[in-house]
Amino acid sequence: MSRPRPGARHAGYGVYLIPGVLASLAVIVVPLVMTVGISFTRWSGIGSPEWVGVENYTRLFHDERFWASFGHILLLILAMAVVPTLLGLLLAAVLFDYIAKIFGPRWASVFRSGFYLPQVVPVAVTGIVWGWILHPSYGALNRILDTVGLASLSRNWLGDPKYALYSVMGVMIWFQLGYPVVMFMSGLQRIDPELYEAADLDGAGWWQRFRHITVYLIRPEFYVVLVTTTIAALKIFGQIFVLTRGGPSNATLVPSYFAYQNFFQKAQVGYGSAISTVLTVLIVVLAFVFLRMQNRDQRKGA
Amino acid sequence: MTTTTVAAANRRRYPARYIVLVVLLVLLLLVIAPLLVVALNAVKSPADYAGNGPLSIPESLHWSGIVDFWQRVDFSRKLLNSFITSFTVAVLAVLLSVLNAYALGIGRVRGRVWFLVFFLVANLLPQEVLVYPLYYLSKSLHLYDSLFSIIIIFTVIQSAFGTYLLSSVYAEFPTELLDAAAVDGAGRFRTLWRVVVPVSKPTLAVLFTFFFIWTWNEFFLPLVFLVSNANQTVPVALGVLQGDRQMDATTTSASALIGILPAMLFFLIFQRTLTRGITAGAIK
Repeated sequence: MSRPRPGARHAGYGVYLIPGVLASLAVIVVPLVMTVGISFTRWSGIGSPEWVGVENYTRLFHDERFWASFGHILLLILAMAVVPTLLGLLLAAVLFDYIAKIFGPRWASVFRSGFYLPQVVPVAVTGIVWGWILHPSYGALNRILDTVGLASLSRNWLGDPKYALYSVMGVMIWFQLGYPVVMFMSGLQRIDPELYEAADLDGAGWWQRFRHITVYLIRPEFYVVLVTTTIAALKIFGQIFVLTRGGPSNATLVPSYFAYQNFFQKAQVGYGSAISTVLTVLIVVLAFVFLRMQNRDQRKGA
Repeated sequence: MTTTTVAAANRRRYPARYIVLVVLLVLLLLVIAPLLVVALNAVKSPADYAGNGPLSIPESLHWSGIVDFWQRVDFSRKLLNSFITSFTVAVLAVLLSVLNAYALGIGRVRGRVWFLVFFLVANLLPQEVLVYPLYYLSKSLHLYDSLFSIIIIFTVIQSAFGTYLLSSVYAEFPTELLDAAAVDGAGRFRTLWRVVVPVSKPTLAVLFTFFFIWTWNEFFLPLVFLVSNANQTVPVALGVLQGDRQMDATTTSASALIGILPAMLFFLIFQRTLTRGITAGAIK
């Protein structure tokens, strides 16, 4: 850590914090406090809010749609965090420790950029791309299935409550995969090549090296990727808005879209505030649990 | 060992190498196929699409799908809106991050740990928990439905990340440089402007790139705040058109393509900064 500096040095820096503090108060602190406050009221957005205590929260816990939206989030965490992290780890290791060695690093970086491409496209635009591909009548996927004689497999991918969430999950795996690949590949560059050579001499196979060296040493990136992708899954809004608007019959409803509906379509601002407060508490708690786990793991590893 | 013998040895050791390569190529194709299919059909005539399907090569380059859509949504205007917003936010948010981080990382003001915890939490907040009060307040301040409100909001949101990242960079700032500036009689502001900012320029460039692209891609808050046609950004303009009756297969691909192209352009321009930055941002 940095050395202690003479005390006189520290005076007079406070002024530099003033613009940031004022701006954060106006845009973050005040709205946050207001939302939490409104969550204890009934309010249509016009007139003055009516205090109802914890009524919104008790209603929330009895609302099927609320539980359904969190159930969907669990599946989306699978699609946006778990699968991309594991698959990304394997891909990064193959690219770094196999493709780069045999075919040269240029091949590895071409693959990396390719996998990362979906992450560059604006979320709303990826929604448009997939909304069209999965469209039941003019979409590309059903047309392709027809052409190759698999018409029986064609579905109303986003319009049928049975398949809509799985279709969204597929899209999300496609969207997220590149992020872990890039993160893990950069983490792998820290690893001393001699470790691999030593393992080679000991007769360790590729899989053994992957399990005992790569996975072990890449843990810091593993935590970062897992926590950021999980939080992204909890916050998901754009793709849902463009692909399904939470439908059909709430089959793809997620908390953020549920809150949005209550704020801007149903004029139930108090209820919407309760939903977003619960979501926020969940995210902050989760982030701190992850940080604790990471710290403990680092101390053990050190 | 010469390179040829190494290669030969590798070839012997990895007999399955082409299988692995082919598997990866198939996976890569699956990942980029949706974008390729979009590009292919954006330049197809509706009749061509109806007759030959999504995978055929266009009979002729049919630009009018793109041109018609561009004019119908006044896409130049949306591009300009997006550019103004993203650029202004990126500049202001970098500036605000520098000021905050100067006080927290170098100045080590009292209570800095709590400020850092605040900026960390601010980073995590879902925008839903801020949206309604922001919507309400901006309406009462007559800032609703203007780029101005979006610029203020995103400047603060992005600078929360910037402050958090930059404070840890500035905490390691070489003391010798600060001492030298002090010996030269430079005050706080002069030291910041003449020493700290120039030395940390690479990090600031990464932050600028992030803020620009993130703001460009933002959807939720712009969707809520920019309701009139003339103020919409690119993602909002394209996003709200989904499900519109006028959108057929080729028009949809045309709209997706003109949404993808600016992002690709930024990706190419910023690629070096970005790949460096994704990792810099992650390991704090």
